[in-house]
Amino acid sequence: MSTEQPIRHTGGTGYEEVQASEEFQDLRRRFRRFVFPLTGLFLAWYFLYVGLSAYAPDFMSHKVFGNVNIGLIFGLLQFVSTFSITMIYARWADREFDPTADRLRAHIEAGEVK
Amino acid sequence: MNAAIHAAATEDIGSPAVNITIFLVFVVITLGIVIRAARNNRTAADYYAGGRAFTGQQNGIALSGDYLSAASFLGIAGAIATIGYDGFMYSIGFLVAWLVALLLVAELLRNTGRFTMADVLSFRLRQGPVRTAAAISTLAVSFFYLLAQMAGAGGLVNLLLGFEGTASQNLTIAAVGILMIIYVLVGGMKGTTWVQIIKAVLLIAGAALMTIWVLAKAGFNLSALLGDAAAAAPQGAAVLEPGLRYGLTGTTKLDFISLALALVLGTAGLPHVLMRFYTVPSSKEARKSVVWAIWLIGIFYLFTLVLGYGAAWLVGPEKILAAPGKANSAAPLLAFELGGTLLLGLISAVAFATILAVVAGLTITASASFAHDVYSNVIKKGQVRADDEVRVARITAVVIGLLAIVGGIAAKNQNIAFLVALAFAVAASANLPTILYSLFWQRFNTRGALWSMYGGLISSIGLIIFSPVVSGKVDGKTGASLSMITDTGIDFHWFPLENPGLISIPLAFFLGWLGTVTSREVGTAAKFAEMEVRSLTGAGAEKAVEH
Repeated sequence: MSTEQPIRHTGGTGYEEVQASEEFQDLRRRFRRFVFPLTGLFLAWYFLYVGLSAYAPDFMSHKVFGNVNIGLIFGLLQFVSTFSITMIYARWADREFDPTADRLRAHIEAGEVK
Repeated sequence: MNAAIHAAATEDIGSPAVNITIFLVFVVITLGIVIRAARNNRTAADYYAGGRAFTGQQNGIALSGDYLSAASFLGIAGAIATIGYDGFMYSIGFLVAWLVALLLVAELLRNTGRFTMADVLSFRLRQGPVRTAAAISTLAVSFFYLLAQMAGAGGLVNLLLGFEGTASQNLTIAAVGILMIIYVLVGGMKGTTWVQIIKAVLLIAGAALMTIWVLAKAGFNLSALLGDAAAAAPQGAAVLEPGLRYGLTGTTKLDFISLALALVLGTAGLPHVLMRFYTVPSSKEARKSVVWAIWLIGIFYLFTLVLGYGAAWLVGPEKILAAPGKANSAAPLLAFELGGTLLLGLISAVAFATILAVVAGLTITASASFAHDVYSNVIKKGQVRADDEVRVARITAVVIGLLAIVGGIAAKNQNIAFLVALAFAVAASANLPTILYSLFWQRFNTRGALWSMYGGLISSIGLIIFSPVVSGKVDGKTGASLSMITDTGIDFHWFPLENPGLISIPLAFFLGWLGTVTSREVGTAAKFAEMEVRSLTGAGAEKAVEH
């Protein structure tokens, strides 16, 4: 029920202290530096596919082998990139992010912030 | 020619008795599981969040069950079968959208909220107005999504169960609605999650079987399959190239971009997807569930490519469009072509199970939002016993179920894909900007949230009302109406695009910024510190319920 009584953390200074700490700032920075560029990347890649499909249909219709054209290959590469980003992020989060986040949480829940 | 195709479609649809029997077996098995799962339902966390005791893997399968709705299975296969390449766009957009949920939303939301999307949005803003706005948009998105599923059930019944006429369609919609109410009332989130898991396994297995079957017929040669599909299509090789549906004019090209934007940003704003992240014990499990969901959904959408072109090849676009249910009948007709009566029976049962499960997931989300956000936190100002809140949620579920039956009967002849795209556009406009701002922007405040949510909601729905989807779209060749209002004399459309996302999504982001910077309200630094620290570290997050 902790979210029902946020006032319990009198003044909220405990969380502000954690927020200001070097370790948390570093965690936050690493998180944003990882997910924001990755988000920009997959959105750009996705809209490249969408844009080429809409405005360069002749290029996308160019056959590469048999009846398989560039558009279909680009479409299938969207699947490859989505699966890859998923794996890259999950691996990074498990190895790089979780240990620091868990340490900070333990530190907070041990009573230093209450 | 046309009559012959129609006759073939109606007399060759297999045995209704087989279809109904297989579906009833599914209902009996799942009801048994729901009743078993419900024995431990005691608290609000049990009812809304399944006790937060599901593993990441289980929740990931359930997420894919929630997401792979009738629109995904029947709609996309039908779209690829009839409009080819442009239909595959749906598969790609629906999948890539999950990266937004994975990278930016799922874990942070799990760490800061309890039951609903509004828990996170109102965390550091003024509770009353923000929760009300979030509940309204949750109800709006869920209701459009519900209508689409119910309309799908009604539209397919003629084809799948061999019924004729409106009365039996209405009866089927009512039966689906009543079954869904029972699942939700008896099982709560735990019961509906198990229904989603069973349904997802059946759906993916069924699609896999059909995919391998089609590929085997094509000698496991994708290029040959594409060639055969193009040979069967009246448009020929154009079905393999972009532009068949969206490449005609500058306006349709913009419509394609607009649809793509709504698809990719809609998923992470869908309330019934967001609520699933609360059913696991930690943010790490929430991450695992999205990873599972992305793999399952991605593999399923790869199947849709083969199923769609396979249906074009083996059934033929003309026969599909002549069948009752039109493009939506591509997958069932393909099943009949491949495996006869039995496979058609299995795939029809899976299609109805899909509709039933998705509808149950939507209903529990909408009822939780009303009971938890509006009743408990706005009307009663948080002074309410948990079991009282759950009682209100159950009553709401019944009301929503009945509304969905009435709405589904009214909407049964409407375009299903339109209703789902509307839900995605509304979710991307009304919900996603506020979710992102409140998680990542310290300055964000109540006015920004309200302007963004109401601005996104009103602009997306308003633009659709004045779009060609509702009035004024006429088939160039036949002169028949292609809009919701079929009277071609009525035409009040002025917005050229069919999907409002291109305007309403940037507008909602802009309004969120504008409302924030013009408001004098400065959020407390303490509240933002608490939210930021909790969202990233998981400190103070809701724990699983011990039984």
